Amino acid sequence: MTAVIEEAASGPAPAQKPARDHTPIVITLRIRRFLPDLVGPNGEPPVPFWQDFQVEADPTERILTAMLKVKGEQDGSLTFRRSCAHGICGSDAMRINGRNRLACKTLVKDLDVTKPITIEAIKGLEVEKDLVVDMDPFFQSFKDVMPFLITSGNEPTRERLQSPEDRERFDDTTKCILCACCTTSCPVFWTDGQYFGPAAIVNAHRFIFDSRDEGAEQRLEILNEKEGVWRCRTTFNCTDACPRGIEVTKAIQEVKRALIFRRV
Amino acid sequence: MPAGTLYRGREGMWSWVAHRVTGVLIFFFLFAHVIDTALVRVSPEAYDETIEIYKNPIVSVMEYGLVAAILFHALNGLRIVAVDFWEKGPRYQKQMFWIVMGIWVVLMAGAAYPILNHAFREVFGS
Ligand code: HEM
Ligand code: SF4
Ligand code: SF4
Ligand code: FES
Repeated sequence: MTAVIEEAASGPAPAQKPARDHTPIVITLRIRRFLPDLVGPNGEPPVPFWQDFQVEADPTERILTAMLKVKGEQDGSLTFRRSCAHGICGSDAMRINGRNRLACKTLVKDLDVTKPITIEAIKGLEVEKDLVVDMDPFFQSFKDVMPFLITSGNEPTRERLQSPEDRERFDDTTKCILCACCTTSCPVFWTDGQYFGPAAIVNAHRFIFDSRDEGAEQRLEILNEKEGVWRCRTTFNCTDACPRGIEVTKAIQEVKRALIFRRV
Repeated sequence: MPAGTLYRGREGMWSWVAHRVTGVLIFFFLFAHVIDTALVRVSPEAYDETIEIYKNPIVSVMEYGLVAAILFHALNGLRIVAVDFWEKGPRYQKQMFWIVMGIWVVLMAGAAYPILNHAFREVFGS
């Protein structure tokens, strides 16, 4: 089909790259595409479809690199978000081989390359184009838990001090990069888009258990509502999906227990 | 693959799916059970006839399935209680899941003889 595979089929002699142990391999990316402009001749709405791309990749490379190669060399219409490419900005969450991950943190060698690698948009948010989804509902839930310091009285003239133990209490949930891997892996969120979702709860947890913050009661009230923490059925998909290794379900359970026992 | 793929969840997701399926199954069993037991008030003869049907080997196998469902639901239910109320529960949920499965297999093996031996004799002769 393309020059890329033909070259690989005839085999770029590995000896040409003696300094590197990283023999390139050809991988197949099976990407679920959705092109909103692809309206049928009689005005039928566009339908999603699978498309295979073959690319050469070093096993130690990331899936994001392979996707950028596809976009640059084979099909410029392939659409996805990415920014930092280093697991910090949280923009390239997608479903790779059935699980939510950041394309920039998923290495080719960690996947089964004998089969096509499936890449789909994250579930539960509306797909706008290919792998780009509408993130507005996700960020709205984040805003709804008031993810900022709430205090009363006059502002101190110096920094607000906190003991290392008090800081440790919410350390895990400070690591969130708002990638939405967790929320869109949640079976409850797939069927009930109104559910606040794990990411919003993680970010509420970050302030609820911060000794300097005084808004815990308000946030707990918000999460006590119908679409709050009680929707969680402890399936742990969010914990398994979080690229930052946050123990998401544990944080949600801590919020639930704070609500039951009224103790932060 | 016309549609999207199934989400590849792990122990947590599948145990939840199984918990819900077994919960609903148990509910429907309880529903049928209340009706068959209530029959005794309507007509003791009809009740006896119904219970007679239960001696069918197929029903024995279904009973074994019911035990499987209830055991899983009850044991995994205890795991969920631990996840809810034990501080370290969420961290050890996978280990607890495999412990649940281990106990489940042992109890299912133990339940096999008392539940299935009658059906076995009926089908294969004793
Ligand atoms: C043997 C004792 C039982 C125990 C220890 C138990 C435990 C539990 C627990 C802890 C949950 C909550 C699950 C969650 O938070 O996601 C649950 C859910 C459920 N149970 Fe049971 N249960 C038992 C018996 C029953 C019976 C007899 C029925 C049927 C009448 C039943 C039907 C259900 C259903 C339908 C759910 C909802 C499942 C879900 O939300 O995913 N359970 N059970
Ligand atoms: S643990 Fe709760 S929030 Fe996380 S994926 Fe499961 S149901 Fe959703
Ligand atoms: S908790 Fe983890 S998975 Fe969820 S948005 Fe934050 S970084 Fe992403
Ligand atoms: S591109 Fe920034 S997190 Fe992957």
